[in-house]
Amino acid sequence: MISLAGRDILHAWGKFVFTGVGLGLLIGVTLSMAGIYRGMVDDAEVLLDNSGADLWAVQKDTLGPYAEPSTLADDLYRGILTLPGVARAANVTYLTMQVRPVAPNQAASNQTSDPAGDEAARERRAMIVGVVPGGFGEPGQPPFLVAGRHLTRGHYEAVADVTTGFRLGEQVRIRRNLYTIVGLTRRAVSSGGDPMVYIPLKDAQEAQFLKDNDAIIAQRRRTAANPVFNRPGQPEVLDAVLAAQTQSSSVNAILVRLEPGADADEVAADIRRWKHLTVYTRAEMNEILQAKLIATSARQIFMFLVILSVVSAAIVAFIIYTLTLGKIREIAVLKLIGTRNRTIAGMILQQAVGLGVIGFVVGKTVATLWAPIFPKYVLLLPGDAARGFLVVVIICVLASLVAIRAALRVDPAEAIGG
Amino acid sequence: MADDTQGIRIEGLRKRYGSGDTAVDALKGVDMAVAPGEVVGLVGPSGSGKSTLLKCLGAVIEPTGGRMILGDHPIYDDGWRIRDLRALRRDKIGFVFQAPYLIPFLDVTDNVALLPMLAGRPNGESRERARELLAALDVEHRARAMPSQLSGGEQQRVAIARALVNRPPVILADEPTAPLDSERALGVIRILNRMARQYRTAVIVVTHDEKIIPTFRRIYHIRDGRTHEEAGEGRALD
Ligand SMILES: Nc1ncnc2c1ncn2[C@@H]1O[C@H](COP(=O)(O)OP(=O)(O)OP(=O)(O)O)[C@@H](O)[C@H]1O
Ligand SMILES: [Mg+2]
Repeated sequence: MISLAGRDILHAWGKFVFTGVGLGLLIGVTLSMAGIYRGMVDDAEVLLDNSGADLWAVQKDTLGPYAEPSTLADDLYRGILTLPGVARAANVTYLTMQVRPVAPNQAASNQTSDPAGDEAARERRAMIVGVVPGGFGEPGQPPFLVAGRHLTRGHYEAVADVTTGFRLGEQVRIRRNLYTIVGLTRRAVSSGGDPMVYIPLKDAQEAQFLKDNDAIIAQRRRTAANPVFNRPGQPEVLDAVLAAQTQSSSVNAILVRLEPGADADEVAADIRRWKHLTVYTRAEMNEILQAKLIATSARQIFMFLVILSVVSAAIVAFIIYTLTLGKIREIAVLKLIGTRNRTIAGMILQQAVGLGVIGFVVGKTVATLWAPIFPKYVLLLPGDAARGFLVVVIICVLASLVAIRAALRVDPAEAIGG
Repeated sequence: MADDTQGIRIEGLRKRYGSGDTAVDALKGVDMAVAPGEVVGLVGPSGSGKSTLLKCLGAVIEPTGGRMILGDHPIYDDGWRIRDLRALRRDKIGFVFQAPYLIPFLDVTDNVALLPMLAGRPNGESRERARELLAALDVEHRARAMPSQLSGGEQQRVAIARALVNRPPVILADEPTAPLDSERALGVIRILNRMARQYRTAVIVVTHDEKIIPTFRRIYHIRDGRTHEEAGEGRALD
């Protein structure tokens, strides 16, 4: 046998390669879109994995620290620790904000001056995670380091994800304070894809609940003016009240690790009953991230996938149809000399699928090449590629039907003419 | 090919296009007989029915009535026809056109070898047969070239080789010399005559070409849908 399709492709390879590359870029975009979705799902998984928690205790009737504001007292974790089945419980705060590296001379003066260009360019949006220093292995802590050390001091140290671009020993500014990067970790991201920066819990509480100076002064004045607090002869009462007002004692969640063999649902029920908190298991937390945070983006991406598929189909159909129309004469001759319809349909079909294969190879290649350039994580799964290939082949087959119809309607008498 | 010794015969062949008021009777009862190894001319004014007759002979359109017999197999018999006209075209009829209509993406050898290859013959055997024919037609040296690299005369000879590849008992040629100068036109007719003798093929050549008309021993004139036969000059070619 002889492959008419193959020979035609070899003969007109330029046309096929150009069209294939164009189609390939489109397929590459499609695969990347799927990869972005997978990346978001994976980011969410990693967020939960890295937290090292089995249960999340959060403010009553909220969806927890990743989806809604959640505030609870920072001493509740002690009570949770006493419950049976609980191995560890740790306070944690989450807050997304801008983090900017600070040049050494600026750091010395500790002044907020005009940002030098370089520092401004390296400013990153990051999720600030407040954890108890020295608590390596506790839930909420960075899972592992690629460089440096964990947080040990109570203040002004930070461990950052490598994708922030911050370097060991560098100083970064978070709100009013400067922090020295002492460690670097990897794949520590928020569900939104922002890299994480871990700082000591006390600093994080201050950063999160800190009021500006004017507000503090105004509050002090109000408190001092209140005769209940400002008693003559008892100045320590006012001091205590003021201290209580300025210090923050709130956290966003308590991460709980269970003892081996403990039943997550039972312990969760215990915490709910005794501590009046809302508690989520790992599965429930995953559900919240997927359904509440990722779902809309996923639908958005799905829309793009559908549109891109339709556009790809239209391109393949148009190209194959045009190529076929260009061969009407030859097709009439082939039919006249007795070629089967099946052979002719097969030729067109093979060309369409050939175009799809070229496109897929190009698409897979470019998607792999440009994945690291994307600012957020793009996860290309072999399974998605396989499904993508199947869809491409199906699209090509469908797209070739128009051309096949046209070819089969060619009258062999046309070859003889009038 | 004992069963093809009678060549091709048609008797009272009729073809009507359309129906009712707009019906056109293109063929009104055509008789014709071409023996194996014979080359006959088919001439007639424009609109006389030449192409229609060729399409009926080529099993591309069905006649409305009359008979056609190939060897001793009836093809059409007053409304009856054999079932597989496509296979008939492939196995029994060779076509040569005014333009060669070679497949542009196949080289010369594969253009000729295409039919046996599509019919499932081994590629090697098909190409061997193609090369034999190309040698007989003096285009063997262009066997690896693409059609676009050939001259008009070479293309026409390749097209003749393609028409001959299945050793069909009938070859239908539609204005095969129209684009060629008289030297090459006579060359093509010479080849058709030689092939007809060599392969015992009945050849029907539709033509207007004054250069080649004197070479036929028998000519069918067609006018207004009817044929009448005439002796030609039968001028020697070699
Ligand atoms: N498909 C068709 N439908 C209707 N009438 C047709 C059709 N094809 C041909 N005819 C008519 O049949 C008659 C014979 O046409 P045909 O094409 O066989 O002539 P011809 O001898 O080949 O002419 P020419 O030398 O100009 O090619 C003409 O009157 C033509 O108009
Ligand atoms: Mg005609």
